[in-house]
Amino acid sequence: MTNRNSFINIFSKTKRRRSFSRGWYNFSRNPLSVVGMIILLLIIFAAIFAPYITPFPEHAGAFTNFREASKPPSSTYIFGTDSIGRDIFTRVIFGYRFSLILSIVVLALSIPPGVIFGLIAGYYQGTWIEIIIMRITDVFIAVPPFVLALAVAAMLSPNLFNQMMAISFVWWTWYCRLVYTMTTSLCHEDFVTEAKLVGASKTHILFREILPNCMGPILTKMTLDMGLVIIVGSSLSFIGLGVQPPKSDLGTMIAEGARRLPSEWWAAVFPAIAIIVVILAFNLLGDGLKDVFNIEEV
Amino acid sequence: MKDEILTIKNVKKFFTTPQGVVRAVDGVSLSVKKGETFGLIGESGSGKSTLAYVVAGIYIPTQGSIYFNKQDIGKGYRKRSKYLKKEIRIIFQDPGSSLNPRRNIKQIIELPVKVHNTFKNNHKNQRVEELLEMVELPINYLYKYPQELGGGEKQMVAIARAIATEPSLVILDEPTSALDVSIQAKIIKILMDLQRRNNLTYLFITHDLSLMRNIASRVAIMYLGKVCEVANTSEFFKKPLHPYTQMLLSSIPVLTKEEELLKPQKIVPVGEIPSPVNVPPGCSFHFRCSKKMDICSQKDPEMVEISKTHIVRCHLYKKID
Repeated sequence: MTNRNSFINIFSKTKRRRSFSRGWYNFSRNPLSVVGMIILLLIIFAAIFAPYITPFPEHAGAFTNFREASKPPSSTYIFGTDSIGRDIFTRVIFGYRFSLILSIVVLALSIPPGVIFGLIAGYYQGTWIEIIIMRITDVFIAVPPFVLALAVAAMLSPNLFNQMMAISFVWWTWYCRLVYTMTTSLCHEDFVTEAKLVGASKTHILFREILPNCMGPILTKMTLDMGLVIIVGSSLSFIGLGVQPPKSDLGTMIAEGARRLPSEWWAAVFPAIAIIVVILAFNLLGDGLKDVFNIEEV
Repeated sequence: MKDEILTIKNVKKFFTTPQGVVRAVDGVSLSVKKGETFGLIGESGSGKSTLAYVVAGIYIPTQGSIYFNKQDIGKGYRKRSKYLKKEIRIIFQDPGSSLNPRRNIKQIIELPVKVHNTFKNNHKNQRVEELLEMVELPINYLYKYPQELGGGEKQMVAIARAIATEPSLVILDEPTSALDVSIQAKIIKILMDLQRRNNLTYLFITHDLSLMRNIASRVAIMYLGKVCEVANTSEFFKKPLHPYTQMLLSSIPVLTKEEELLKPQKIVPVGEIPSPVNVPPGCSFHFRCSKKMDICSQKDPEMVEISKTHIVRCHLYKKID
């Protein structure tokens, strides 16, 4: 008996590995998404080890060196320096820290409630529960997310935590809608009917039968949203409703640099390129994941 | 009768659509005896699957009542006790959609065992393996996912899941029509073995007449939501009474001349099944009937008991009082 079980366990592990390698094969057939993933890994690595790999780690905070102020890109300062002499390259790398933390926390805060509300609304399709949840979502979606996040952020004091709260507050609705649409169609599948007929609990049906079938689109949307959240977060910082100086946030850096355009172009352009690169990388990765899940579902 | 496990009394199921009211099941009365295979035959659109879903509790009947061992079950599955959920199980037509693609075979078969808790924790795994053996699937399928299995194997898993609760009535909604002919035979063999071993009652919904001839003990034929003829299988195939039955039997494709002789004389099927939204007045079959009379377009015939085992709904046959 034990022999048989251990045999089955080994078997299941190889199975899982095989499905993983099949997923990787589908993913890697799209070279752009592999590029996106490599860029992302580099950025994440750089952000984590920022104090050790940047040339001037002390420039990330309140540091002034007016002798080196507003220098154009050179071999010492590859992205140039800002108006008070801080290395922009260093600050961009440290800026990634805030951007990544922001998008991870926002998604971690907004996905669970969004998914749960979406599951419930989809399962109770045609009842008042669905009407209440979906009308609230509609109200949120009717207002552009950035404007709503702006309004919320303006009410709170400007710092990273409140910025996260403001974006999470508007972001959950998109997951709610996504999961709601999927749940309404999945509820008509025979396997859900079967689980209902046999008497399985609602928690089982929602989280074990329906949710696993929504994971592909959720993960794909999550990857694409990482980039979008970074845009919204940087925009809030840009108008001063996010991370405050002297901390180096990409949005704040663009705001400071924008005042010196066009003569000191590097102060705004390099942080902007940094944002574009990270968003592009997330989108490429998301496209690759889309392929992985689509092909698996066929 | 004492041994009736399922009694359907004048059940109606209507659906309201923008085009009008669809009379999917329009006053069906049937009884299924314990341990038998009751074949319910009909063209697509005749309402046979709707009737199966009503019995399973997925649909709540618009009218009429259903009894399972004298217990009223005509209120939908939500109102059913745990005991009834254990006793009445359904196997769907398409195993591709009845098995969750994100759950492995073990998880799928385990669910009914867990919910009904008929087996203690340490026996659960053993029970799942036992069920797999019953449907003749190898034990290493436990950790496979449905999409790694073939159509027939998936249906085997669905069967194992259905019998996991040790039910007494299993509704089979065209369990073989989505499969290759070669696999159909294997599925039917396993179903018959299981019936013998576990004393199951089957309500077998199908459009396959030859299949019913081989496995059903009694057969009912449905047309536009109504039952036309109910009879023992041998009687049904030897002397069909209803013109619709005759038409269907004569249109079974056969290979040899001997088989051809067994069939009633050739009646060329005319027309198609009308829309259940716009049911013709009188007998719903009179447009296509080869023995049409004047009364057929005016009055809907009633069920006539020709013998104890043979009931037919047609104006050709008068009540014997």
